[in-house]
Amino acid sequence: MMKVEKISENMVYQKPRLITNNTMHYCPGCSHGTVHKIVAELIDEMGLEDNAVAVSPVGCSVLAYNYIDIDWVQAAHGRAPAIATALKRLMPDRLVFTYQGDGDLAAIGTAETIHSLVRGENIVIIFINNAIYGMTGGQMAPTTLIGQKTATTPYGRDTALNGFPYKMGEIAAMMPGVTYVTRQSVDKPAAVRAAKKAIKKAFENSIGCKGTSFVEIVATCNSGWKLSPVASNDWMRENMFPEYPLGDLKNNG
Amino acid sequence: MAKIKGTIEVDIQKCKGCAVCVSVCPTKVIELGAKVNDKGYNYVVMLNEDDCIGCAGCAMVCPDSVITVYKKKFE
Ligand SMILES: Cc1ncc(C[n+]2csc(CCOP(=O)(O)OP(=O)(O)O)c2C)c(N)n1
Ligand code: SF4
Ligand code: SF4
Ligand code: SF4
Repeated sequence: MMKVEKISENMVYQKPRLITNNTMHYCPGCSHGTVHKIVAELIDEMGLEDNAVAVSPVGCSVLAYNYIDIDWVQAAHGRAPAIATALKRLMPDRLVFTYQGDGDLAAIGTAETIHSLVRGENIVIIFINNAIYGMTGGQMAPTTLIGQKTATTPYGRDTALNGFPYKMGEIAAMMPGVTYVTRQSVDKPAAVRAAKKAIKKAFENSIGCKGTSFVEIVATCNSGWKLSPVASNDWMRENMFPEYPLGDLKNNG
Repeated sequence: MAKIKGTIEVDIQKCKGCAVCVSVCPTKVIELGAKVNDKGYNYVVMLNEDDCIGCAGCAMVCPDSVITVYKKKFE
């Protein structure tokens, strides 16, 4: 039998260098880890290790700075784009990006999000849309689907009571100062490749000061959704993708 | 005829047994094993190493970056 030796010349994939050895606190199968990995790979491949500053949110990814070995600032809930604005204006040659969940970006941080897009800040916003508040126990988020059951919508989101889900990507795309808006996922190898390409483009826009780039990742929160990680990916493809279709919404880069 | 073969190494103490990798493997050569690691997770094991093509799909979707992939072409 032909046997592949586990030696460096045969190695084709390994943990990215900039992913630390800390065990991630995320639930098994959570999309956050996969997105972190893409970000870490890109920063290494683009040689930006000492030239990138990221802003972490409040939400499950508050501790992202423990996992990606670059410079970070941790913002108050929803304020990441305001902090990123200051960082980029003070250090215009840096890559500056935020990493935010839907509760952080689309609920408490709505003002900061909208106004950084209105100003066309030269930052990247990475938006993890898992349609729920993961960290606090699975309450309804602005992006929760109609009929979706959460801790605060136990009978399903009812539009008469809870309003409608809103599409941050479409809102971002309306703004003249926003250069690039894309919606991706990380549930399959091909999706991971596409998401990586998209984040790379966004990072290049920030380095080149070409306006705001908004990368939405349609993601899972299997704990909040009360499904297994694999069933969550199926549920996402079936229910989230029709509401939040994948692909570029704007590309003026 | 040249044949591409692969294999993987799993950092078993860091695997959380989420099975996301299992669901994307095109040749169905990995599964959650019966044994658990120190954290109590059933970690991923290879069933039939001979069928692994080294595509790295499993490693790409692993949120915890615990899979290393090796590949070799045999003439
Ligand atoms: C000012 C303030 N209000 C409320 C909270 C409670 N809180 C913590 S995380 C969170 C929402 C997180 O949801 P999301 O941004 O979707 O991130 P996820 O955990 O799903 O990744 C809330 C409301 C807080 N920490 N601070
Ligand atoms: S609660 Fe949800 S978003 Fe938070 S780590 Fe768990 S699966 Fe991920
Ligand atoms: S490298 Fe490809 S074929 Fe081998 S175990 Fe991983 S997904 Fe399956
Ligand atoms: S995706 Fe990673 S953590 Fe999940 S079961 Fe596979 S190897 Fe383990």
